[in-house]
Amino acid sequence: MREEIIIAGSGGQGILFAGELLAQAAMNIGKEVSFFPSYGAEIRGGSANCTVVISDKEIGSPVVFNPSSIIILNNFSLNCFLPRLKKGGLLVINSSLVNTEINRQDIEIVRIPASEIAEKKVGNLKTTNLVILGKYLGKKRIIPMENMLKSIKTVLNGEKELISLNSEALQYGYEYPLVVNSVNPDN
Amino acid sequence: MKRTQRAKRTKRTKPAQRILMKGNVAICEGAITAGCQAYYGYPITPQNEIPAYLAKRMVELGRVFLQAESELAAINMVFGSAVAGARAMTSSSSPGISLKQEGISYLAGCELPAVIVNVQRGGPGLGNISGSQGDYFQATRGGGHGDYKNIVLTPYSVQEMYDLTILAFDLADKYRNPVIVLADGVLGQMLEPVTPSTISHQPIAISKDWALDGCKGREPRKIRSLLMAEGALEEHNWKLNEKYSKIKKNEVRYETYNLMDAEIVLVAFGIAARVGKGAMNIARGKGYKVGLIRPITLWPFPEKIISDTAERLHSITQSLNHLTTFLVVEMNLGQMLEDVKLAVSGKVPVEFYGRPGGGLVTQEEILEKIKQISK
Repeated sequence: MREEIIIAGSGGQGILFAGELLAQAAMNIGKEVSFFPSYGAEIRGGSANCTVVISDKEIGSPVVFNPSSIIILNNFSLNCFLPRLKKGGLLVINSSLVNTEINRQDIEIVRIPASEIAEKKVGNLKTTNLVILGKYLGKKRIIPMENMLKSIKTVLNGEKELISLNSEALQYGYEYPLVVNSVNPDN
Repeated sequence: MKRTQRAKRTKRTKPAQRILMKGNVAICEGAITAGCQAYYGYPITPQNEIPAYLAKRMVELGRVFLQAESELAAINMVFGSAVAGARAMTSSSSPGISLKQEGISYLAGCELPAVIVNVQRGGPGLGNISGSQGDYFQATRGGGHGDYKNIVLTPYSVQEMYDLTILAFDLADKYRNPVIVLADGVLGQMLEPVTPSTISHQPIAISKDWALDGCKGREPRKIRSLLMAEGALEEHNWKLNEKYSKIKKNEVRYETYNLMDAEIVLVAFGIAARVGKGAMNIARGKGYKVGLIRPITLWPFPEKIISDTAERLHSITQSLNHLTTFLVVEMNLGQMLEDVKLAVSGKVPVEFYGRPGGGLVTQEEILEKIKQISK
């Protein structure tokens, strides 16, 4: 298998954290993995993205122009990355914040109101990143949930409260009803 | 009895422990493993994780960490530690490495071991913070004034950021010479699994019988690069030259992939080799006979494997009338290209694909170039 994921949103949404978590879990199940962040004069509210490549074989370039999946947390990122998504690729969007019309017919689209779930169900808006990551994993099933939960513990290194909060968010997303290509799953 | 056997088996099948690590942190861990006793640095993106990480770790280990007031100060602090016989390192990114050149020339002149890490960014001038390979000439031609050489190691994965930093310290001590680890912003910022060394890397057993470590009970020693006596400087330069010849003979390192039947041979180093390898694999899948030579030491440059390969490509063209060529890929507009051309010596064509500071070559672009050449 080979999967190239770009996670994109705004600085402060936990984009890099979600990517690192994914990379950590993929490594733990024995995959080859690379993680490349956008870096620079990053500020809260500016744009942020990262590329994670997961593969059974050695990974060539850690920077990918045409990813097989994109996870989009805000409108701006959708405009940037939608044209770059591979034909037949997967788009996971945070429908709480992304309202732009999607003009591609050759991709698979999964919508989840991640911010809303994070705020109302998990009780913390900051867990939007893990809710949407959970949804992606629920769709792709490339890493078992138990490995993801283990990796949360590794990355958060003993921060008990954060571990349980993030684990909960990930599970909410993972179990969220899979609705493909529908306009608004909440109505 | 049974129990022992089981224990043994478990031990044998236990997978090597992998740690997800950032490139810059892997350099730090490599330095710590190699027994680096002192680090001096001054902040600049994209290598800031190095001083940040070492500020904590070196102090925990009871070793020296110092944020210098400038790049010049940092390289001269390295000089001070090296002259006293310690393993010392500094790191920076391109504009900062330019500032260190005077100090590196003095280290070379005084034959002092030191490790200098350059996590390259785009230039010239302040450029920007994205990864680049624009400092190839600066690193391999000496960089500062005078007729000297740095050993230049160039990693292409986070694992090699770790491994080659360890090697850098060993080579520096072995030859009493500055060693440059030439990385780039992409490698510095990316995360990959690293399998740390399980071997204990104590400073290799070289007695530093030249170090200025206090002359109580022995004759005082002198280390200097100012040699005013008639013929003394020329003699010193001949001596350095002899050392450089020895390094050229002993320390060339490279890797080759799919060379056996290759008719298009990529030559690339660092992150460009990584991207090139990806492109090679895709091209192979499409039936193109592509191979790759990846220099690990940029100085000494692996010229022999390149000239041998040129001979072979030339004979393929002669006997089969197939087009054969080298394709150099760099994140600059053609620096290593000159060394490849020297080694190929006109036997077969040498094509080039590169993007200058601020641009990252992609697999797709290299593949396109391969298709273009094959037409």
